[in-house]
This record gives sequence, C-alpha cells and structure tokens, in this order.
Amino acid sequence: MIRRLLVANRGEIARRVFATCRAMGIETVAVYSDPDAGASHTQEADRAVRLPGDAAAATYLRADLLVEAALRAGADAVHPGYGFLSENAGFAETVLDAGLTWVGPPAKAIAAMGSKLEAKRLLADAGVPMLPSTVDPAHVTSFPVLVKASSGGGGRGMRIVRDPGELAAAVDAARREAAAAFGDGTVFCERYVERGRHIEVQVFADSQGNTVALGERECSIQRRHQKIIEEAPSPAVTPELRRALYEAATGAAQAVGYVGAGTVEFLLDPSGEFYFLEMNTRLQVEHPVTEGVLGIDLVRLQLLVAEGAPLPFTEPPPVRGHAIEARLYAEDPAHDWRPSTGTLHRFEIPGVVESFRPADRAGLRLDSGVAGGSVIPVHYDPMLAKLIAWAPSRAEAARLLAAALASARVHGVVTNRDLLVRVLREAEFGEGGTDTGFLDRHPETLTPLVSTVDHLRLPCLAAALASAAGRASARSVAVPSGWRNVPSAPQVVGYDGPAGPVQVSYRLDRTGALAAWSVLPVARGRAGIPDALSPPSAGEVAPDAGSFAEAAGDPVTLVRATPDSVVLEAGGVRTEFAVHRVGDVSYVDGVDGCVTLVELPRYPLPEPALAEGSLVAPLPGAVGKVLVEPGQKVDAGALLLTLEAMKLEHQVCAPGPGVVTELLVQAGSQVDTGTVLAVITPE
Amino acid sequence: MPVLSSAVDPASASYLDNRNAMLKRLAELDSALAAARDGGGERYVRRHRSRGKLLPRERIELLLDRDAPFLELCPVAAWGSDYPVGASTVGGIGTVEGVDCMIVATDPTVRGGAVNPYALKKSQRLGRIAAENRLPLINLVESGGADLPSQSEIFIPGGAVFRDLTQASADRRPTIAVVFGNATAGGAYIPGMSDYTILVREQAKVFLAGPPLVQMATGERTDDESLGGAQMHATRSGLADFLAEDERDAIRLARLVVRRLNWRRRGNQPRPVAAPPRYDQEDLLGVASADQRIPYDPREILARILDGSEFDEFKPLYGTALVTGWGELCGYPIGVLANARGVLFSEESQKAAQFIQLANTSDTPLLFLQNTTGYMVGESYEQGGIIKHGALMINAVANSGVPHLTVNVGASYGAGNYGMCGRAFDPRFLFSWPHARSAVMGAAQLAGTLEIVARQAAAARGQEFDEDAATVIRLGVEQQIDRESVALFLSGKLYDDGVIDPRDTRTVLGLALSAVHSGPVRGAAGFGVFRM
Repeated sequence: MIRRLLVANRGEIARRVFATCRAMGIETVAVYSDPDAGASHTQEADRAVRLPGDAAAATYLRADLLVEAALRAGADAVHPGYGFLSENAGFAETVLDAGLTWVGPPAKAIAAMGSKLEAKRLLADAGVPMLPSTVDPAHVTSFPVLVKASSGGGGRGMRIVRDPGELAAAVDAARREAAAAFGDGTVFCERYVERGRHIEVQVFADSQGNTVALGERECSIQRRHQKIIEEAPSPAVTPELRRALYEAATGAAQAVGYVGAGTVEFLLDPSGEFYFLEMNTRLQVEHPVTEGVLGIDLVRLQLLVAEGAPLPFTEPPPVRGHAIEARLYAEDPAHDWRPSTGTLHRFEIPGVVESFRPADRAGLRLDSGVAGGSVIPVHYDPMLAKLIAWAPSRAEAARLLAAALASARVHGVVTNRDLLVRVLREAEFGEGGTDTGFLDRHPETLTPLVSTVDHLRLPCLAAALASAAGRASARSVAVPSGWRNVPSAPQVVGYDGPAGPVQVSYRLDRTGALAAWSVLPVARGRAGIPDALSPPSAGEVAPDAGSFAEAAGDPVTLVRATPDSVVLEAGGVRTEFAVHRVGDVSYVDGVDGCVTLVELPRYPLPEPALAEGSLVAPLPGAVGKVLVEPGQKVDAGALLLTLEAMKLEHQVCAPGPGVVTELLVQAGSQVDTGTVLAVITPE
Repeated sequence: MPVLSSAVDPASASYLDNRNAMLKRLAELDSALAAARDGGGERYVRRHRSRGKLLPRERIELLLDRDAPFLELCPVAAWGSDYPVGASTVGGIGTVEGVDCMIVATDPTVRGGAVNPYALKKSQRLGRIAAENRLPLINLVESGGADLPSQSEIFIPGGAVFRDLTQASADRRPTIAVVFGNATAGGAYIPGMSDYTILVREQAKVFLAGPPLVQMATGERTDDESLGGAQMHATRSGLADFLAEDERDAIRLARLVVRRLNWRRRGNQPRPVAAPPRYDQEDLLGVASADQRIPYDPREILARILDGSEFDEFKPLYGTALVTGWGELCGYPIGVLANARGVLFSEESQKAAQFIQLANTSDTPLLFLQNTTGYMVGESYEQGGIIKHGALMINAVANSGVPHLTVNVGASYGAGNYGMCGRAFDPRFLFSWPHARSAVMGAAQLAGTLEIVARQAAAARGQEFDEDAATVIRLGVEQQIDRESVALFLSGKLYDDGVIDPRDTRTVLGLALSAVHSGPVRGAAGFGVFRM
C-alpha cells in the first residue's frame, strides 16, 4: 500500500495526482524549483522539497535529486506525471533501486517504446499496421514525407517535406534539433498522410496480465504537432474501426509486457486505414476526456495497479456522452505562437463544477496549475490549464466549452484562448472535420476574437469610462466628471490595442450621461506613441453634444460606470464590460471577448537629443574591443570599437575624419540600443 | 436635518413659461460662449494650428488632470464692448496633479494675444481670485504684449500684473509661467516675475526689445533666437528653468513642477460622501420667474443645490422676506442668505446682520442668493430706520471675514445689491443666472424718475413740458438702462465672474467652495460700529 507519494512534476499534473491522493488518503509530497516556490502545486502538497535552480535540466529532470527528495520526505512511491522524466526508463530504475514504488510501466516497457524506430520494428512483428518508413533519406521515393526524431515527442524535430530537393536539409536540421533536445540525433522518414487524423487508444494493464482498452481519443487539432483540442470519443471512429483499434492497441501493450496506463497513438488516413505512430508509456495530458466519458479516475487506477491490485474490470465501462478538452497555453497564436510570460493577474473560469477529478455530472472540469496572481515562468511548458466540457452530445460539449472559454477572465499573459473559441465554434469542427490540417485550413482562427477597430470601439470606450469613474470616485468634491461651463474639447485617451493605437474621445454632460464620443485609429508617432492625441479643436467638437459621435455609428448610452464595470446601451441592446486595470493595462471583458488595452502616455517623453557626431549602439550587446583613446584623431572609416551581440561582432567605425572627444564605454560594458558609445567631433 | 419640500409642478403653465424664457436666455449665453471659444476667428485659428501650435483651451485641457472639472471664469469678458468676447484670455480654476490651480492662458489667435483693457481687467480679476483663495497660478503665455492703440488704458495700471506676481511669490503662492510663444517687452516680466519658468524650444521669444527695436536703439543687428529663444534662456540667461521640446512637453513639465510643490490646503476637507439633492436640478430652469416682478421661493433653489436638499432655517418666522439658514454643499458647510420676496425691510436687515455674525463665529462660508429690488422706501420705513437697519446689514457683510459666494438668481437693484454682497463687497466669487439683472433701479423706474424730475424742473422754470419729446427721451433711457442691466452686459464689464446655466449652480458653487478652502476659512474678529 502506498502511504506517501512524491510527484516528480509540477503545475497542473502534480495537482491532478494530489487530488486523487487526497481522495484515497495518500499523503502528498511536491518538489519545486526556485521559480515554483510559490506555485500552487508546492503550496497544496502536505510536504514539499526544494530542487535548487530554475532550468528544468537542473531541477525536474534530475533523477538523483528527485529520488533524494522522496527519501528525505519519507515517500514510499513516485509518480512521474507526464513530460520531464515520465518516459525515462533510467528514472524508473533509479526509483525502484531506491526501494520506492514506481507508479508507471516497467522500465523495460518504457525503453522498448522510447525509440520509435525500435517500437515500430517490434510491433510490426506483432502485426500492428505501420506506415512505410526508412532511416536513410536516399531510400525515400515518394513525397510528401514526415521527418521524425526517433526519441522524444511533442513534435520536436518534426518536419514535413514535399519537395525532394529539401529533404537533405530537413533531415540535417531535424537531427540537430533532436540531438539537442533528446540527446539522440536519430531521425527517420515516414510517409506523410495528408488530412490524417490523430486517434489514440487508452490502454491499461495490471500485473496479473489483464490488458484493457479504455476508449479512444481524437487529438487531431494541433499546432506545430502539439495537441490543443482533444475529445472522446472520436467523431471519425465507427464501431468496427473501434474494435480494430482496440485490438491493435492491446496487442501492442501486450507485446512489450506493459503494466499501468499507456496510450497507443495511431494515424487514421481519410480512407479509414490506420497506422501505428508511437506508444506513450505514461498518463496523457488529455486523459480527462476519457475520465469524463467513462466516469473513472485513471490516476486511481494507476495507483491501484502500482500497488499490485488487479484491474477492477475486464471490459471498459460504457461511454457516456462526449467530452472535449481545450489546452489553454500562454502563447500568442497571432505572433507565431510566441510564448508569453509574466504575472497572471486574474484567472477565473465561470461555471466549473469539478477540478482534477472526473465530474459526477455534466459540465465543466478545470485542471489548472495556476491561479490569479501566479507568475508564469519562462522555464517550463507554457500550458496554463485544461478545461474539459462533458455533455450528453458533442455539439453541446463544444458549445459549453467555447462559451466558458470566451467568458473566462484570463488577464496578464497572452493566451491561445481566442483560438480555442474560434476552433470550437468553427462549422467544420462541428461537422467533425478535425484532421491535422484543420488550423492550416482555418487561418482565421489565429485572429483574436475582438480585433477590428469596429469591434474595439465599445470596449475602448468602456475602458476609458471605467478609468474616468475611478478618478471621479477619488475626487474630494463630487461634481460631474470632466465638467466644463465652456465645453470646448472632449477628454482624450490613447490606447495601444489589437488594432494598433486608437484614440478615445468622450464627453459626459452635467448629468453624467455620455454626450459625445469617438474611437478612432491614430497613426503611430514617435516612440510608438500616437502623435494626434491632442484634443480635436473647438471647431471639430460642437459643445451641443453628439456631433463627433457620428463617426461611431449608432448612438450609445452610458447606463452605468464604475471603475470595474461599464454598462453601455448601443442600438437598443445593453451589455456589460468588465474592466480590470493593472498599471497602464486595462483588460476589458465583454460579450464578444476580452481586449487588452495599454494606455499610452499622455505626455510622451521627448527623445533625447544627441550631440553631433554621437555614435550609438545599433543593438544591445557588450563592448568587445576598444581601439581608440579620447583625444585621438581618427580617419573616416577607422575602426573604433566592436560590439558583441548574438554571437556577432559589430564594428563601430568613424563616420568621417575627426577627433574622439568622448569615449563613454570600455571593453565589457553592456549597452542597449541607442546607448551613446563615443562622440567624434568632425574636423 | 429637515428636508426641503418642493411645490414645483413641471407641467404648470408658469413653469413652462419660465423654462422657455430661460432657454432663450441660455441660447444667448451659448452664442456668447461660442464667440469666446472662436477666439480670433477661423482664419487665425487655422493659421495658429498650421504652425503646430495648440489653442489656449487645448493647452488648458492638456494641463488639467484627466476628467477633472474646469470652472472657466469671466468667459464673456468684453461682451458688448468693441473688443472680442473673452478678452483674448482664457482662465479658470482646475486641478493639476490634484492641486486646485488658477490657470490663465492668453489667446494668440486674437490679435496675437495682445493685452487690451478688458484683457488686463480680466487677468487682474483672475489674479485676485487666485490671491484671495490662495491658489497656485499657472500662466500659459503667448502674447504680443500691450494692444498699442489702447496703451493709455493699459500701460500705467498694467504694472500691477507684475507686482501681483511677485507678491504672490512673497505670499508663498507659487507662480508658474509656461511660455509658448511671444512674451516680449512688458510681457517678458511674466516669466521674469514667476517662481518657475518653462520655455518651449523654437517657439518661446522672451526679450525686452525685438531685433528691429534693438537695431534702432543701439545699432546692433541680431535675431529672435539670440535675443530671447528658449535655448538661449535655458543655457545662457538662466531665465528658463526648463527647456521644453514642444508644447506637450512644456505641459508635462508644468505638471511636474506642480507635483513637487508639496502643496497643502489650509481649509477643511469636505465631508467624504455628500448626498446629492433630492430634486432634479433640471427644474431650476422653470423655477426662476421669467417676469421679474413676480418673486419666487428661493427654497426651491436650495432644494436643488444643497446636499440631500437638507436645510436648517434660522429665524424662519422673523423677517420672512429673507431666508437664512444652514446646509451643506458638496460636503462643505455653508450659511445661506436668500431673498424671498424681493424687498428688504428692517427686520430682514437685522436678521441678516445677526446671521452673518453667527457664520463668522463658526467660520462658515456664506452663500448669498440675490433676488432683490432693494431696501423698502417710503415715509414709515424711513421713519422706522430703514437706512440704519440697512447699514447694519451692509456693515456685517462688509466686515465679515468668512468667504462669500454670491449668485444673482433674478434681480439685484439698489442698495439691496450692496447688502446682498454685490461686486463692491468682494465676494470671493459672483455668478449670475442668464436672466438676472442689476442696476441702481429698474429701467422703467429710472426713466420715469428722470421724467418726473424733468417735469418738476420745467414747472419750476414755468416752461411747458414737451410730452412728445419726453416720451422719446424716456423710451430711449429705458432701452439703454435695460440693455445695460442684463447679465451678459454686466459679465462683459467683469462685474461678475460668469453667467452660469442654473442647472450648473451646485457644481459651480461646489468648485468655488473647493477653491475657497485652498486657503484658510476664518471668521472676522470684529466688525465696525453697528448703529443701533
């Protein structure tokens, strides 16, 4: 029996395992890196052990430190979660060698599946269908092909090649990337299936030799080979296909003597043929959709099996309804999926009925590693949370999930939330057309929900009016906001938002009603600040109200404004905008989505005037060599000093003949773009 | 506190008549304000903007805290004169970095912002308001100096502007000059006499004499920048404390200066949460009688401007033609004197004298709502001592030490104007409703009086009185007096600090009270001899 379990992981999955432990009466031990000292998984565990450092390689990937932590905290078992060392056979052995219970498959099974090439060879012999593949690029005859790393996962090193001429370069690049990421540069080429679907089967085996398939999941909606939306069951799987998939999956597990939870991934081609891709020897990120439709706790099963108990069933329980999971990532789909870090100022998802456990009623489940106030560190996977909708039908689950995501308050970091909403509301998604090419076919899903100036008008106005209400409540004399006995110009505020800089103008009358307003895009002026922020002239704004509202279309009525909520009525329809202000940033949540607006400075600082002949750093870096002295005469083009940045050496030369009148840096000085390095006074 | 009740019926014929009449007056006010806003007219405004410069009101808008109210003062100065409405100056009270400041901007679109006699009067009035209420003064300068054709009315009295600036400094009232353009000759002393100066690069020109005059005087050939450019003053003469890159930067710097003034108000803070009046301020348009011969109950006004419409009436059963009592306005305690039935009798005068003394013992500011035709005349009143009793009241008003705010909400005639704290009695602020009138007496009475005197003179000389000629003269006089009694005319002459929309009365008074409490609020220690 497990008494005290260490989870060798962080964030959402650590909390997921802890939740089941609590339900089973098992004590919990967390490990945490320095940036995770205040993280929710650290705080939630009964005991927590520090892993000094911040990079994963120094902390969550250190098998020795993890086992030492388990022993120090008196744990008798280790759960690896997923990612990090979850599929590392060496770690499993280290845990077992320390006399601890390993909550996972036998090290041998992990090793067997760890190399995709090995696994393919092994399972082809067991009769599992395979795509033709080769490790020698010279043997590739038909295109497109997919270049894959044999080790690792998460899409690292993966490349689609359509043009034979590009194959060699793609293989080289994939090798380098795989070697850097997994320490194994082995890659292979596999036939690439267009419009394929990613179908995986959850398998479970106990140590008594029972193996059962616990339903399939479809995970075809991917960005750069990273799953973002997963569901169970798959809309593409017929009962016959399901039987065949189950058979192949359990066969694969049995072929390697598998024990515990595992997932066998298949590629389903449009003709209905399926091929083995790989087997994941761990719990999957997307396990909650299976838990949803089957009503079972997979972590509980893992713990029971690890304790040597037999599976409580030989047939999977019947599927109930449909579950869809969306992965909320701190990344910006509109900017090349750039990861976003910082403080998560607010994290609220409405209507959640359960967290970290299968729900006992239809609704939303939230598995989250973060909370309002969490700092999203740069060091780890940018996944913030998983939101799972479980409903009687697929359409209902998709609608519920989209609505919950759309009305979630996620402030502080850019997320893929809008993308998830757009995908879930896309007609083709509703029809089940979810192959791996979905996002490429629907580039519009990369656009934020609210992005055009037209859609931004009311949120921008709301942000401005909320700020005005905040200032009004801070004033000692309660008179109407912005009151004028001789009105000449409206209040003006600039915001940088999803459609670039805009200028909001508004005027409230003596009763606090919105007398006039406009929201207009403005040109980006010096230092990225609109240069047209001065109020329109008296001639442009009539004092008798309304004249500059024409630009905004329908008249808008201000129903109510407080510092954190503004209710506007436009075209006879009343809606509320929740405004959350943090520093210069206003997060405006309305019915159409959330808009992040950065208030532009009202008085831009003037650009520093440079002395004539000033040489400035063209990029940030460190000064390498300095070849001149103050007072020295130099010829045109003479090398003065070098700047080292991004492994480049940038030469700073004299623009013309002159004297070095000022030398403001020395070798080793760190400089930013625009830092004055030296002044050459022309002769 | 007792809550005032209201008998106003917005559906009644008299209410509607009053309201229509008031809206007509408001339309006249609006066109006067529009004229002020237009400055020097479209052509000069366009030329000014084409130089990348901001208009005076734009400069003020940028200087003020966001969403802060701005009480523009004397906006229709020079109305009815030969000079443009507004007197080429924009001024008022607004908050900068949370500090109530007097902001005065010259309007360079009006003849280069030249100072004419009305501009001088207006800037002196604004300076005086700043002094009495202890407000920091921010001058936004761009003016070509004195309007030379009218120099005889400006040059000698105008020196007081510079005297006042330096005395403000001595009084520890900060003065800040932001120079956007010309500040030459006498104008150069505005930055010269200020505590802080900010000059805009390549725009400010501050010198005693320009290049042509220098050449005439000494033969030296020079240019604007060397003589008085911002860069020169910032780096050579030291006249500029700050060199601003542009107008917006200059305003940023002015705010920075205010932020570092370490300014502390001397008056009490208002009650943190002031209940709004229980009655709609919109009704004020229909409350005031369009026909001045019909008095109206000032409690209808008080019910719409006092916090929670709460009012503790003092001596409600005595001297009932003058309402006195206590209330709060925007959280500030206030004593009110309001004419109820036009005429002031002996009882009202005595009641006022007592009430004003009480306010002085409790350091409570006073609000005068004027609607009076004056002290009662006639044999029995003279014999009853109406002069003596009026003198009591005027003594109390004149020597009272607490701040006075006056609003003419109808009529202010004769000595009633004095007793109810008219201009000559230095209320801190004096505003008029658009239909208000003020004169020594009514136009008809004045013309009639003149006619009676003329008739008596003719009779004494034994001449026949020319009835037709007298009628022409009487009508002419009546028209002239009528024209010169109206609010806009009086405001044009700077006899008040502005004509206000009745619906803004509470806001205007709230802002005035806020300004008043920038300085100490203290009652008088003693009064003159009260004639008993």
